[in-house]
Amino acid sequence: MTMLSTAPATQLPGARAGSRRGALSGLAATWRRLPVTAKAGAFLLLFFILAGIIGPQVAPYAPSLQTPLANQGPSGAHLLGTTATGQDVLSQLLTGIRLTLELAFWVGLIATGLAVIFGVTAAFLGGIWDEVLSLLTNVFLVIPALPLLILLLGLMPGKGQLPTILVLSGLGWPWGARVIRAQTLMIRNRDFIAAARETGEHSWRIIVFELIPNEVSLIAASFVNTVLYAIGASVALAFVGLADLSSFSLGTILYWAQSGNALQQSYWWWFVPPGVAVALIGTALVMLNTGIDELGNPRLRDVRNATRIAGRRVWPTDPTPVVGAVNGHRGRLASFMHSFSRGSLLEEEPADQAPVKKAGEVR
Amino acid sequence: MQFILRRLAFYLVAAWVAITANFFIPRALPGNVVEAIMAKNPDLQPSAQKALEALLGVGPQGSLWDQYVHYLGQVFTFNFGPDPINFPATVNQMLAQEVPWTLALVGISTIIAFAIGTGLGIMAGWRAGGRLDKSLPAWMFVQGIPYFFLALVFIEVLAVKFRVFPIGQGFDAEYYTPGWNWGFVGNAVDHSILPAITIVLTSMAGWMLQMRNVMVTTIGEDYVMAAQGKGLTSRRVIFTYAARNAMLPQLQGFGLALGYVVAGALVMELVFSYPGIGLQLLTAVGNDDYPMMQAIFLLITFAVLVANLLVDIVLVLADPRVRAREVAR
Repeated sequence: MTMLSTAPATQLPGARAGSRRGALSGLAATWRRLPVTAKAGAFLLLFFILAGIIGPQVAPYAPSLQTPLANQGPSGAHLLGTTATGQDVLSQLLTGIRLTLELAFWVGLIATGLAVIFGVTAAFLGGIWDEVLSLLTNVFLVIPALPLLILLLGLMPGKGQLPTILVLSGLGWPWGARVIRAQTLMIRNRDFIAAARETGEHSWRIIVFELIPNEVSLIAASFVNTVLYAIGASVALAFVGLADLSSFSLGTILYWAQSGNALQQSYWWWFVPPGVAVALIGTALVMLNTGIDELGNPRLRDVRNATRIAGRRVWPTDPTPVVGAVNGHRGRLASFMHSFSRGSLLEEEPADQAPVKKAGEVR
Repeated sequence: MQFILRRLAFYLVAAWVAITANFFIPRALPGNVVEAIMAKNPDLQPSAQKALEALLGVGPQGSLWDQYVHYLGQVFTFNFGPDPINFPATVNQMLAQEVPWTLALVGISTIIAFAIGTGLGIMAGWRAGGRLDKSLPAWMFVQGIPYFFLALVFIEVLAVKFRVFPIGQGFDAEYYTPGWNWGFVGNAVDHSILPAITIVLTSMAGWMLQMRNVMVTTIGEDYVMAAQGKGLTSRRVIFTYAARNAMLPQLQGFGLALGYVVAGALVMELVFSYPGIGLQLLTAVGNDDYPMMQAIFLLITFAVLVANLLVDIVLVLADPRVRAREVAR
């Protein structure tokens, strides 16, 4: 199988095979440049995605299976105990992670797609189109989303997964669209776009093959943000009862735990695992996002690499370290050498003796 | 001045979109909403049925345009008629009772969260990579915790186990009646401390994170370096030079966030049984109380739009760069 799949690849024209390898190594390079927090976030997220994929298969019980063992603490048979109706919490959790991630993924995909379409179209077409689409984006941005979500879901006859996905993505795109529009406005005046236009490329071709590849990191950040919003909103909506309460998502588990008075009776195994799962998924996404932020903003990146010079931490806000600060640590021979090498007698001498005062001390 | 008029026009368009969406949503949905409400509440008078039909666009009446004009009239006078669930009371009377609760609690805790979060963000950004900055992942975790979860745990530990704070509600209805006397106000404040703490804790982290990032970018600017070079005190450099410029996105976010704050308040009021408009909105959804739902949605939207307009004006007054850009337009 592997032979079959690699064979055509080697027969491809060298350039294309090279570009594929290039894309892969580019991805690897991006990964290497990611800060540690972002990597930790990515691994944490991967863990939950895996749990979501294989979870429902390895769940020991059907999540809705009711047994006479109600409100049991963790035991060998039920690793995370049981609910008030004797359902297995671990099985519910595994199913719930799947359902919540699935919903968030679809919302992220649809909303980011809408953001790209609106943002790129507005910036690329310009003129009256830009005005109209920007107005639409900004209007959606200022109308408060959660009350509108509650209003919509409250009025809708069905409250299943699909309506929730549609409503959440319908309200989740404006932020991304605004950022992507700004970026597109910047890129569309670059030379390579002008060159593509001169060679007679279609607008859509320029957009798909020239513009969008240059905005991948921005689109990725927007996707991560939207997923974060979708998880928060869907869990909150399920918790207030605006979801299909017969299905098991992290939000509905918390809803049932709350209505089963799990907290008041200290059935921690019922409400702590789903709450912590949501918190950890959220943390992972925030970490991943700050990492993507740092990739795009060199100043944020440099902060991490703040170095020590002569045993003293140099803050980015400090003035460039004066060699005088280093002088204090010079040995006798080095001092002697230095007295020859320095340019003027007036230089540095007082700084050498004066206690080093850190500029901008706040702590 | 021209700028303010332009922004005003924009927010009017936004308000119009919200009002129109509010008009079409119940009409686009299947089923006779009014009959469902009437069936649930047999003691409603026929006049109430008429008002409901007009508001929700059900039953025999004029063309869609006539309905729309009528509805616009209702919105502009903010008159949503009687509330079918709490019948003799009108929607407005109900709201007048609830708005002060939400406004006081959520407004004050939002300002506190904004102040603390921005302050910590300034410090973390100034000493980026330092001890406070290293604690950021912990703040991200706090931000990741679902609000209601944190609130429930706080109630359980601080109110139920250790009895430091009262459990939920806006005040103790059996001992006090609402009014301007010390007993009631003290009791209400006592009840609001725990919800305020939970709101501040969960929303602070976002402010801190954003302020920190902008701060890090700002302190790389030459003018900050120049200010330090002049030998100004750190305090002056931090607050007058760096933070003042880094505040802009923060202020803009403050206007936008008000919408999310009200949203957060929905869940808060549910968890604490707090007698504000968030709880009322959720109750209305549960009871199919459409006039109430529409009124609350419009009320929240208008509040957010006005807040955004105010923030825009403040920005123009406070920042010469924005002013120059807007005047040049």
